[in-house]
Amino acid sequence: MIKRLAWRVATLESARQETPTAKTLVLDVPGWPGHLPGQHVDVRLTAPDGYSTQRSYSIANASAGDRLELTVQTVDDGEVSPYLTDVLEPGDQIELRGPVGGWFVWRPHSSPPVLLIGGGSGIVPLMAMVRSRGKADTPFRLLYSLRDPGQLFYADELEKVKAGVEVAYLYTRIAPPDAGRAAGRLQTADLIAYGWPPETGPDVFVCGPTGFVESAADLLTALGHDPAKIRTERFGPTGG
Amino acid sequence: MGIISRAFHGRPREPDAKLPPGQYLVHDFPVLSAGPTPRVPLDRWEFSIDTAEGPVHRWSWEEFLALPQETPTVDLHCVTKWSKFGTGWKGVSLDVLMEDVESAAEYALAYSYGGYTTNLPLEDLLDGKAWVVHEFDGEELEPPHGGPARLLVPHLYLWKSAKWIKGIRLLNEDWPGFWETAGYHNYGDPWREQRYDGD
Amino acid sequence: MDYQDGNALAGPLSEIFSLDVTVAQGKCAACGLRGPLAQLHVYGPDPGLVARCPSCEEVVLTLVRGPNDAWLDLRGSVSLRIPIAE
Repeated sequence: MIKRLAWRVATLESARQETPTAKTLVLDVPGWPGHLPGQHVDVRLTAPDGYSTQRSYSIANASAGDRLELTVQTVDDGEVSPYLTDVLEPGDQIELRGPVGGWFVWRPHSSPPVLLIGGGSGIVPLMAMVRSRGKADTPFRLLYSLRDPGQLFYADELEKVKAGVEVAYLYTRIAPPDAGRAAGRLQTADLIAYGWPPETGPDVFVCGPTGFVESAADLLTALGHDPAKIRTERFGPTGG
Repeated sequence: MGIISRAFHGRPREPDAKLPPGQYLVHDFPVLSAGPTPRVPLDRWEFSIDTAEGPVHRWSWEEFLALPQETPTVDLHCVTKWSKFGTGWKGVSLDVLMEDVESAAEYALAYSYGGYTTNLPLEDLLDGKAWVVHEFDGEELEPPHGGPARLLVPHLYLWKSAKWIKGIRLLNEDWPGFWETAGYHNYGDPWREQRYDGD
Repeated sequence: MDYQDGNALAGPLSEIFSLDVTVAQGKCAACGLRGPLAQLHVYGPDPGLVARCPSCEEVVLTLVRGPNDAWLDLRGSVSLRIPIAE
């Protein structure tokens, strides 16, 4: 018999509303081994009749002891996300497995400039990278594609983000008057205006819905970025 | 079993005495996917019955639609535990497609556009037990559900009802298909709960 | 149909391997493409995880999880190069 990576019990400490439909869950996970920014956890819920189901969520915070933060977007008619955002209360317990995934991670000692491209809740693992950067010298540029200003996660924190991290907001449907860019999908001009030139050899992390990641990766490659330096994380059809 | 999450119930799971063991009833029509959804233009669509030596019969889309059509209403049972009652289809019975095929084969391998395969004993395709269908609920079959046409073998778990069917190969020996070589049961009878290899 | 990246295999494969296999370099048996399992295209999770080559879309591996067993099928991979350094 193979010994499996254990499921851990996590207790909800508190929750922060990010948008009307997204919450950050602050969990206490005794014995949490720490994580790298970009990693995720599998969450398992079990009903009284034994039925259980799992979903994956990206970790939002920089590694900090037994504390784990997940930002969960409520998926309409989803099975797990509405439970996590609307039913789970402080003191309640869920199970999780992780941290998992060693590929879509930024290692704080690596030196090339970093280009982060997030679509919608694809910002979550990228935010963990921004938060883990701390006082590192590595310059970051973040392109955050979102439908409208009401969908913005981590608004205050991104506003105050430190020197060395440049943030561009790319609104796809409704842009505020001062956006400096008409509402629309991510395009090559955005990568040129707000990204790093390919010659600087950036480490590129792209996270978002499948179609967004597909298109961003294609634009980056066409622009001359080395496909081997583009790491992607697509949200799948896991049904929320 | 893990710890119980307070007030978690999951999607409604409706028990019903008419259900095979371990199944629950749904009213939507879930789509499961093992790969990209093939898009098959009807002018290039064809369906074949063949043997290891080559094709025995081949139909174009027009020829296929010109065959006698049936409208079975059947219950579906997916190995992932959902069942759906009373689904209405339109298509051609395998008895019609196999009518003048002379073969001593005992096994069949259904193969699909996109590369999917599934195996079953030939007798499970005959005597009114299986169809190649192209309409669901009075509408043309959508690609996510297997359109233009899929196999329908409702007495076995739904993975045997190959979506995007391209042909059926008649074989003298059993040739396990995509899921049958990946851990699922070789036959897949929902009433005997033959889900996994060894069940 | 939407799919995920091979990153999504990390949790399920952690039940089987003690190392994180998603960082291993695999070689597609169909087209020869090399790359980490983390960048495969993953369909599923039900009835099983199906990981396909991002270039030729052939199946590289499947993982079926029953109540008591897991079936891992590496049908479309020539080899896995697994980093084991400390």
